[in-house]
Amino acid sequence: MLRIEGLKSGYGRIQALHGVDIEVGQGEIVALVGANGAGKTTLLMTLCGNPRASEGRVLLAGEDITALPTHQIIRRGLAHSPEGRHIFPRMSVYENLQMGAAVSDPRHFDQDLERVLALFPRLKERLDQRGGTLSGGEQQMLAIGRALMSRPKLLLLDEPSLGLAPLVVRHIFEIIAAISRDQGVTIFLVEQNAFHALKLAHRGYVLVNGKVALSGSGTDLLANPEIRAHYLDGGAS
Amino acid sequence: MEYFLQQLINGLTLGAIYGLIALGYTMVYSILGMINFAHGTIYMLGAFISLIAFLAATTIGGASVVVALLVALFSTMGFTALWGWTVERIAYRPLRAAPRLAPLISAIGVSIVLQNFTAQAQGARVKPLPPVIQGGFTLMEGDGFTVNLSWMQIIVMVMTLALMAGFTWMITKTSLGRAQRATEQDMKMAALLGIDVDRVISTTFVIGAALAGVAGLMVTLYYGVIDFYIGFLAGIKAFTAAVLGGIGSLPGAMLGGLLIGLIEAFWSGYFSIEYKDVATFGILIMVLVFRPTGLLGRPDVEKI
Repeated sequence: MLRIEGLKSGYGRIQALHGVDIEVGQGEIVALVGANGAGKTTLLMTLCGNPRASEGRVLLAGEDITALPTHQIIRRGLAHSPEGRHIFPRMSVYENLQMGAAVSDPRHFDQDLERVLALFPRLKERLDQRGGTLSGGEQQMLAIGRALMSRPKLLLLDEPSLGLAPLVVRHIFEIIAAISRDQGVTIFLVEQNAFHALKLAHRGYVLVNGKVALSGSGTDLLANPEIRAHYLDGGAS
Repeated sequence: MEYFLQQLINGLTLGAIYGLIALGYTMVYSILGMINFAHGTIYMLGAFISLIAFLAATTIGGASVVVALLVALFSTMGFTALWGWTVERIAYRPLRAAPRLAPLISAIGVSIVLQNFTAQAQGARVKPLPPVIQGGFTLMEGDGFTVNLSWMQIIVMVMTLALMAGFTWMITKTSLGRAQRATEQDMKMAALLGIDVDRVISTTFVIGAALAGVAGLMVTLYYGVIDFYIGFLAGIKAFTAAVLGGIGSLPGAMLGGLLIGLIEAFWSGYFSIEYKDVATFGILIMVLVFRPTGLLGRPDVEKI
């Protein structure tokens, strides 16, 4: 589904990624874990064409999307729920979801809305409320729901657990599992919360200083003593 | 009372025109955070195009007044829209990543170019247009003073109202308006949802320019005289209107336009017509000092 080959990228003169190779198969959940500043967010944003890759290729379902402008990449079936959620604060929840469907066939809208609201019943109660007035957990639900409105082939999730209470985090991860299981959406997930992410994911990659240091199945990585020492002990629950 | 009513009518007419121009300022500001100082000259361009189109349609084409007015309206909107698009494309887009001062300077440059081109091509003298739409109603008479509401004033107000209603509908209800608001609130996120942000910005310039063009047409018909310099003062007054209403707020721009028109009319009517611009710009300074967010502007306190 997604194939990243030798990707290099960064902001201005600061190079954040030094040749990353990652593959995400159809229907998989793949987690990318790593410390703050390892380049995880830069990687997801580079997949979306902002910033541009300086070297390497990104293939989405076999098509080279490396040089396409952001809106063209999205039109090819990628959806991104970015770090910090980026809800439109002065638009209603409904309008935020409408924006999520901006690239899809309007005839699907009602059906997609129903599907997303079934996944996040909380949003249903808040449809007319402004995005900026939602709680952090609700904003995260809206960000994921909005991304799903475009019927993506591949869903990128950047730090969906950031700043949320443990109970809410668990709920969000359950929903992510359900999206993969029930709707067959391929998911590429970036997390600092390595424990939850690796438990959920089929496979995982560990990013250190802009390079893939380790990869393997979620359970293998979870059992790896090095990973335990660096990313899990103390942080997990 | 009669005198007051007359000033009210005059002020609302003038204010409607300012409001139309102010919309363009506020739209561009809310998306790009930039004051498009070339916007006033677009209004001047609109005035000239409509004069030329109207005269061409009546003298060369032999069209009736109504047909000629429609020709003037559509060619004005078309030309000013095209100009707005071009200016954004060549003078602002390449500078989008540059420091904020750079597009401001290129905006002033663009307006100087257009002004001087117009002065060269059309001559620097005042251009008259004989009154096209005459007549009206006498609303009231008393103390030797009559209150008149001319057809032209009615047309200006009705047309402005219609344009503003259509524009508000477009912004709040259509997918284009939604994309515009999304781009304004979070440009990066809008792109991540598949919105072609460059196209949204182009559209914003096109719509703002067309509205200013219509304002130019109405001023040509209303006052009957134009020159290459009218864009400067009208532009700054409309900018004042946008600031007074709260820059970035669309209802604010309309309200600010009306208020500036009313203030100007009442000041001219009751105090001194020579000092009317002093009153307008005095207000600009007071708003900036005491309420920088304007009447309907929002302080940025939302949780993101």
